[in-house]
Amino acid sequence: MAAPLTLLLIVAVTIRAVLFRSSLAELISERVEVVSPLNAWKRVVEGLALLDLGVSPYSGDVFHETPLMIYLFHFTVDYAEIVFMVSPYFVDCLSCLLASLDRAKIAIGSNNLKSDLLFNFPGCLRHIISFSTCGLNNAIIALFIFCTLKGSALLSGILLALATYQSIYPLTLFAPALLFFLQRLYIPVNLRRSSFWCFTLQYAFIYVGSLVVITGLSFFLLGSWDFIPSVYGFIFSVPDLTPNIGLFWYFFAEMFEHFRLFFICVFQINVFFYTIPLSIKLKEHPVFLIFMQIAIISIFKSYPTVGDVALYMAFLPAWSHLYRFLRNIFLVSCVLLACSALFPVLWHLWIYAGSANSNFYYAITLLFNFGQILLVSDYFYAYLRREHHLTHGLYLKKKDGTEATLVLK
Amino acid sequence: MGLLSDPNRRKALTNLLTRLNAPICMVCYLAAIVWFMGLAFEPFTLRTYMSENAMGSTMVEERFSSGERALSLAKEFDAHKRKAGGMPVEWLVKAMQARGLEVFTQSFSRKLPFPDENKERYMVRGTNVYGILRAPRAPRTEALVITAPCSPGNSDNQAVGLLLALAQYFRNQIFWAKDIIFLVNEHDLIGMQAWLEGYHHTNITGMEYSPLQGRAGSIQAALSLELSSDVITSLDLILEGLNGQLPNLDLANLFYAFCQKLGVLCTIQGKLQRNDWDTAEGYTHAAQTMMLMVLKQACGRSWGDHGLFLRYHIEAASIRGINGFRHYKMDVATIGRLLEGMVRKLNNLLERLHQSYFFYLLPSLSRFVSIGYYMPAFGLLAVILLLRVSFPGLDHFTFFNPSGPGVLTVLTPVVISHLTGVALYLLPVHLQEMAVEHFPVSETEAVVLTAVAIYTAGLALPHNTQRLLSGEGTEQGWKVLKLTALLYLAVLLGCTALINFSLGFVLAVTLVPITASMTPHMPKALSALAMVLLSPAFTILYCVFIYQELIEAPVSVGEGWMLFLSVISQGILDHALYGSLVYPLLALFIYPCWLMFWNILFWS
Repeated sequence: MAAPLTLLLIVAVTIRAVLFRSSLAELISERVEVVSPLNAWKRVVEGLALLDLGVSPYSGDVFHETPLMIYLFHFTVDYAEIVFMVSPYFVDCLSCLLASLDRAKIAIGSNNLKSDLLFNFPGCLRHIISFSTCGLNNAIIALFIFCTLKGSALLSGILLALATYQSIYPLTLFAPALLFFLQRLYIPVNLRRSSFWCFTLQYAFIYVGSLVVITGLSFFLLGSWDFIPSVYGFIFSVPDLTPNIGLFWYFFAEMFEHFRLFFICVFQINVFFYTIPLSIKLKEHPVFLIFMQIAIISIFKSYPTVGDVALYMAFLPAWSHLYRFLRNIFLVSCVLLACSALFPVLWHLWIYAGSANSNFYYAITLLFNFGQILLVSDYFYAYLRREHHLTHGLYLKKKDGTEATLVLK
Repeated sequence: MGLLSDPNRRKALTNLLTRLNAPICMVCYLAAIVWFMGLAFEPFTLRTYMSENAMGSTMVEERFSSGERALSLAKEFDAHKRKAGGMPVEWLVKAMQARGLEVFTQSFSRKLPFPDENKERYMVRGTNVYGILRAPRAPRTEALVITAPCSPGNSDNQAVGLLLALAQYFRNQIFWAKDIIFLVNEHDLIGMQAWLEGYHHTNITGMEYSPLQGRAGSIQAALSLELSSDVITSLDLILEGLNGQLPNLDLANLFYAFCQKLGVLCTIQGKLQRNDWDTAEGYTHAAQTMMLMVLKQACGRSWGDHGLFLRYHIEAASIRGINGFRHYKMDVATIGRLLEGMVRKLNNLLERLHQSYFFYLLPSLSRFVSIGYYMPAFGLLAVILLLRVSFPGLDHFTFFNPSGPGVLTVLTPVVISHLTGVALYLLPVHLQEMAVEHFPVSETEAVVLTAVAIYTAGLALPHNTQRLLSGEGTEQGWKVLKLTALLYLAVLLGCTALINFSLGFVLAVTLVPITASMTPHMPKALSALAMVLLSPAFTILYCVFIYQELIEAPVSVGEGWMLFLSVISQGILDHALYGSLVYPLLALFIYPCWLMFWNILFWS
C-alpha cells in the first residue's frame, strides 16, 4: 500500500507545483469564491509589510489574521508556496485514516485515497492553487481530528484551542470531541455521574487553558489587544460585504442599520445552534457528528470559501459505505457542478459586462448552499437509515410479511 | 420537500418520466421552436418605452443648421484623404483646433495573425485623431463620445464633415455638463480598439499603441456615425456588439423617439417597420428582422464601431445613413439635429444607463422581447437534455462508484476529444507557414483549410480511440459517457445562453435533437449523416445561407461555401484582434462535446 500511495502523492504534489507556477494561479487568487477578507494572501503580505514598518498590522482594517499566523509567515514568507502546497495533504491523509479507523466498517485502504484525491480534485482545484491561508486552517482542524481519533486528549484539546483561536467556529467541535473521548473511555453520558463531570472538566480545562495561553501569547507577541476586535470582532460583526459564496453579504447589504444587530445575532446563532440537537441525536456516533459539524460550519460561517467546502468534501469517501442509502446524490452533484460553472459566468456578467446585477450572483450562491445543505442532510439520512438497518435487518417487512419502505418524516 | 424525501411519490414520478420520455422530449422541442417563432408576433411583444427618468422629461429644441458647412468639410476631408493616402492627420488636427477643441493623436500598429482577405490588410499602422470639447462649467468627470470612421475610398466622408460641424456648433453652447470627445478612428475596429485600450489603460489584445495624451473622464455613452452620401432616405440603427453584447435598450428608445420627433425614417437590420401585424407578410417581416438580429448576435462580431465600447460598460450604438430608393430625402442638417438632440439628452444623465433592459430581441424598433420572454424557449431545450439524463436503463450508481468501470473509462474519450479541440484552436494559426510552404495556397486559405481539415480528421477518431481502450467497450461504458456528455452539454449551453442568448439558442436547436437521441444501437449510416449535418460547422453554413436569404441577397452553393470559409477566417481574426469568444468556445468546448457524441455513435 505504501508504494502506490507515495506515487500518487508525488503525482499530486507535482500537479499542484505546476499549477502554482502557472499564470492561472494569479487569476484564481483574485476570485471571490476562493479568497475571503479573512484569509487572502494579499492581505497577509500587507500585514507583514506593516509589521516590518513597526506599525500595528491591524491598523487600516486590511489584515484580519491572528498574531501567531503573522509570525508564522514572518518566518516562512520565502517558503510560503511550500507551506501552501503541503498543508492540504493533512486533510487528504486524515480522511484515509478515518476510513480505516471507523469501527465495524470495511477497510477500503488505498482505494480510498485514490477516490479521495479524485473527489478533492474537481471540487478543490481552485482552492489548491489559490494563495489563501484557508489550507492552514483546514490542516489544523485535520490534525485536531487526527489527535482525537488517536485518543490523545491533551493534544486534541490544544489543537482545538488553536483552531478556535484561528476562527471561532470550531468551538462547536468541542462537543463531538468530548463525546468521542467519553465513548472511548467507556464513561456513560449521564449528568449525575461524577466520572462524566470529572472528565468533562478535565477536557474543558485543557481546552480553555490552551486558549487562554495562546491568546496571552498573542498579546505578548504584538503588545496590544488590537487583534481581538480585528479578528473576532470582524468575524462576528461582518463589516465587509464583498460577495462570496456565503449567505451573509446580500442580506446585510440591503438591511437597515436598525435591524443589523438583531440579524447578526440570528445568523451567527444559526451556526452554533445545530450542535445541541445533533449531539443529542448522534451521541453514539461522534465521528459522524464531527463531519456534520464541519459541514455546518462551512455552509453557515460568515466568510466561506471553496476551501471550507473542500474540507468536509474531503471526508466524504470515509462514508462511502453509506452510498447505497443516499437518495439525492445525483441531483446534488448536478446542482453543485452547475453552480460551479455558473459562478464565474454571472460574476463576469455582473461586474464586467454590467448586464446582470447582484441578484443573479446571489441566486447562484443560494442554489450552491441549497445543494450543500441537501448533500449534508442526505448523508445524515443515509447514516440514520444504515443504523436502523443494523438493528432491524436489511430487508424490512411489515406485520403481514410484505415488503416495507422506510420513509423519513 | 415531499418529492425529495418521499419514495412513493418519487417512484411515481420516475415511472412517468421513464415511460413518456421520448414524447415529452419531442413536445418540448416543438414547443421551444414554436415559442421562439411566436416571439415575433406583435401581441406577444411589448412596446418600447423610455425607462431612464433623466432622459425622458426634458424638452429639447434642436437648432443645428450648418448642413452646408458639414458637406463642404466633407469634400475637404475627402480631398485631403486622397492626398495623404490615409488619415489626413495635420488637416484634421488643424480643423479641430480651429473649432476650439483640445486635439490629440494616437498612433497604433498591429500585425494580424494572417492576412485579412476581406479588408486586404496584414500589417496595420494608423493614427486616431480626437478632440475634446471641455464642459464650460462642470467638473470634468464624465464624457460622451461621438465617433466617425476614416474609411478608405469614398465612404464616411460626410460623417467626418458632420462631426466637425457639430463640434463647431456644440462649442458655442454653454449647457454641456459632460466633456464631449469627437473621435476619428482609422482602420475602423482596430483603431477603435487601440483608442479604447489606451483610454482605459488595458492591453488585452496585444495591440501596440502610443499612450493617450489627453483624457476626459469616465465615458457614459458613445455614438458612432456612418454617413456616406449627401442626402439620405433613412437611418439604420446598429446595436449588436462584440460577443453578442447589446447596449441598454434606452439608447435604442432614445434614437427612436428622436426619429419620431424629427420625422426621420428609421430602420433596424435595414428593415422598415410595418403596421399590418395581423397579416402573414407582417408577421414574416417581424420574424425576419428578429432572425437577423439573432444571427448577427450569434456570430459574436461587432457590427459597427460601437461594439467595442460595450465591453467597457459604455452604452454605445452605431447610426448608419442609408440612401435608398425613396422619394422623401433628408439632408445632413436633419441628421445633425437628431444627433444634437440625442447628445443633449445623454448630457442630462446623472448615472450610467441601467434602468432599461440589457438583454432583449427587437422584432422592430418600437417592439421588444425581454429576457423573461425569450429564455423559456432555451429553457425548454435544456429540459430535453435533463430529461434524457434520466433515460431508462441508466444506472446512476455506476457513475459514482469509484471501483466500478465508471469514471475512468469515460476519461479516455473525454481527454482525446478535448485534445482535438485544443488542436483545432491552436494549430491553424501556428501551422500556416508550414502549410504555405507545402501547398500552393495563401496564408488565409491555409489557416481556414487547416481548420476544416482538423475538424474533418476528428471524425476518424472513434476508430482509433477504441483501440486504446482496454476492452471496456461495454454497455455501461457508453451510457456513462452519454451521461457525462449530456451534463457537460447542458452546463455549456446554459452558460453560453446566459452570456450570448442567440449563440446558445442556435447551437441548442441543432445539437439537442441529435445528442438527446444518440445511442450506438441506431442505424449507423443514417445517424452518422444526421450527426454530421447537424454538427457545429454545418450550423455555421446554414446560418450563412439563412443570413444571405434574410438580407435579400441569396447566394449559390459555391458562393455560400466561399462565404463560409471567409466567416471562419473572420472568426479567428476577431478572436485574435478583439477578444471575441465565439471561436474559442466552438473549438475548445462545443466541438469536443460533439466529438464525444460521435464517439458514442461508434461505440463498439
